[in-house]
Amino acid sequence: MTTYIIRRLIMMIPILFGISVISFAIMYAAPGKPTVMDLDPDISVEAREAQMERLGLNDPPHIQYINWMSNVVKGDFGTSFTKKQPVRDMIADRLPNTLILMIFSTILAVIIAIPFGVLSATKQYSKLDYGVTITSFLGLATPNFWLGLMLIMLFSVQLGWTPVGGVSTLGGEFNLLDRLHHLILPAIVLATADMAGLTRYTRSSMLEVINQDYIRTARAKGFREKTVIYKHGLRNALIPIITIFGLMLPTFIGGSVIVEQLFSWPGIGHLFISATFERDYPVIMAITMFGAVLTVIGNLIADILYAVLDPRIEY
Amino acid sequence: MSTLLEVKNLKTHFFSKNKVFPVVDGLDFNVKKGETLAIVGESGSGKSITSLSIMGLVPKPGGKTVAGEIIFDGTDLLSLSENEMYKVRGNDIAMIFQEPMTSLNPVLTIGEQITEVLIYHKKISKKEARQRAVDLLKIVGFARAEEILDDYPHRLSGGMRQRVMIAMAMSCDPKLLIADEPTTALDVTVQAQILELMKDLSHKFDSSIILITHDLGVVAELADRVLVMYAGQVVEESEIVQLFDNPLHPYTQGLLGSVPKINEEQERLSSIGGNVPSPDNFPKGCRFSTRCPHVMEKCIENQPDLIEVYPGRKSRCFLHEEGDS
Ligand SMILES: Nc1ncnc2c1ncn2[C@@H]1O[C@H](COP(=O)(O)OP(=O)(O)OP(=O)(O)O)[C@@H](O)[C@H]1O
Ligand code: SF4
Ligand SMILES: [Mg+2]
Repeated sequence: MTTYIIRRLIMMIPILFGISVISFAIMYAAPGKPTVMDLDPDISVEAREAQMERLGLNDPPHIQYINWMSNVVKGDFGTSFTKKQPVRDMIADRLPNTLILMIFSTILAVIIAIPFGVLSATKQYSKLDYGVTITSFLGLATPNFWLGLMLIMLFSVQLGWTPVGGVSTLGGEFNLLDRLHHLILPAIVLATADMAGLTRYTRSSMLEVINQDYIRTARAKGFREKTVIYKHGLRNALIPIITIFGLMLPTFIGGSVIVEQLFSWPGIGHLFISATFERDYPVIMAITMFGAVLTVIGNLIADILYAVLDPRIEY
Repeated sequence: MSTLLEVKNLKTHFFSKNKVFPVVDGLDFNVKKGETLAIVGESGSGKSITSLSIMGLVPKPGGKTVAGEIIFDGTDLLSLSENEMYKVRGNDIAMIFQEPMTSLNPVLTIGEQITEVLIYHKKISKKEARQRAVDLLKIVGFARAEEILDDYPHRLSGGMRQRVMIAMAMSCDPKLLIADEPTTALDVTVQAQILELMKDLSHKFDSSIILITHDLGVVAELADRVLVMYAGQVVEESEIVQLFDNPLHPYTQGLLGSVPKINEEQERLSSIGGNVPSPDNFPKGCRFSTRCPHVMEKCIENQPDLIEVYPGRKSRCFLHEEGDS
């Protein structure tokens, strides 16, 4: 198992390298130049040229990439063009906010999706099943930004129950309730699509399991339906779900870009949007690579959990 | 011998939008204490649904036991609540299935799967249950029982898994064991071993057995009495030797071939022309009339009753009413 994990970690290096090349190329090919946003429109051509030279933007693309990469290998993600701060510090500042949002919405998605998926499967074709199915399709079909806007309109603007945005009340001391109060709407919005998907996966995985022979055996042993479903059924049904879950990990980052923007949530996604508008190359690349690492790690976690949960799989 | 199980007029039907499938349709039989009753019949005759009806595990939705009584040890199982049935299943009545490869839970160890029944029904400690599981595994033929305990099912062969299923079924010392084609999925040599084991155990545990099978060789080997099922009904009931010597019902005669003798190696059900009618399309009269070589006019219109032709021997055919079986 340990050797398997080490082998997988080593395999990540070429994958991440490939992702970095492609991302760099796409970013470079996108229209717009970093300095346009940065500088005063009245600035002289010479000053702008000097700026470009200083940031290395006049070098050919492959030289720029090599320069960037050789710093990254040393753990240096460069300095933001616009904020003049080390990118690493900027990300480190915002990461906790994103993680809190991700973890909270993941927990929300799981505690709602799994029980409803199981109920929907065990009561197949019941009113509850239809209700859950319709709701989850709506959840899948609803765009995040629209749902977010609607919730803000309803709960923040009309009813005034929740704040419009931010992580906490400005100027206040740390207060857990205040934090949760700010967290709840963005977490719900971020969780919706995954919750819906997860409910569908749980339902179909559970449906497959409850028709298996060993479920009939468990019933023939005299176990209550709860034991049959949760001890004998769910443990088997969770195996594929957990895999999907690992693969879903990076989608939280994707979702957080929209949700953080909508709720002025100072996290990675928020930073990514502003960096993109400003063509702040070092920040864009660093966040892209962060997402890539999360993706490959998510894959690895899924495979490891698969082996842990399913005794038939051995490495 | 006293009666352990008495099934009276059992009807288990399946329902679809506008059709009724009388899969088990008025079954009468009983099982005495300590005896082995075989149920034979072609595929689709309702053997498995009969056993699931006794267990109260008719597939839902769609299936339902709509009439009858299943009197087990003095109580009608059909009158019990689901809560009361939980105490009967796996404890007083245990069941083993045709598919040893898939009947064990792949993510639980053998030990967990045996001990969980014991802990649940017998309220004993984990440690005691483990010891009992080791004993049981030794009884069913595992020399190194302690090691098997922590293995997962995928490490065992089909025959070994069926042994585990048997150990699990016998763990609570059931009064009745229902074995639904326990050897069909196994190699011939393994089949013989499993049958030997079941024969052994039925003596050791003094349980009654309902043995469901296609295989008349198995019947001859293990059973005391035989119930022949056709299209959801009993068509013949008999002691084992007499059945092979002198089958009464035309269907049984067909099954055994033209010259049925117990000492001749008559292993498989001989093929009868035609197919078992589908449950939504049973003939109006005798259900065997579409395939019976002796079919008469009244067989088309009227259903024969199951009548006692000789003491302890029943058959469902008009030929006996005329006294010329
Ligand atoms: N879940 C179900 N829904 C609808 N019909 C069913 C269901 N299960 C069984 N049946 C029908 O009931 C009839 C009897 O099935 P059963 O499984 O009892 O047959 P069997 O005698 O055990 O056959 P085999 O020897 O193949 O196991 C078949 O016609 C089958 O199509
Ligand atoms: S009743 Fe008629 S059709 Fe049915 S088995 Fe007897 S002879 Fe054949
Ligand atoms: Mg069957």
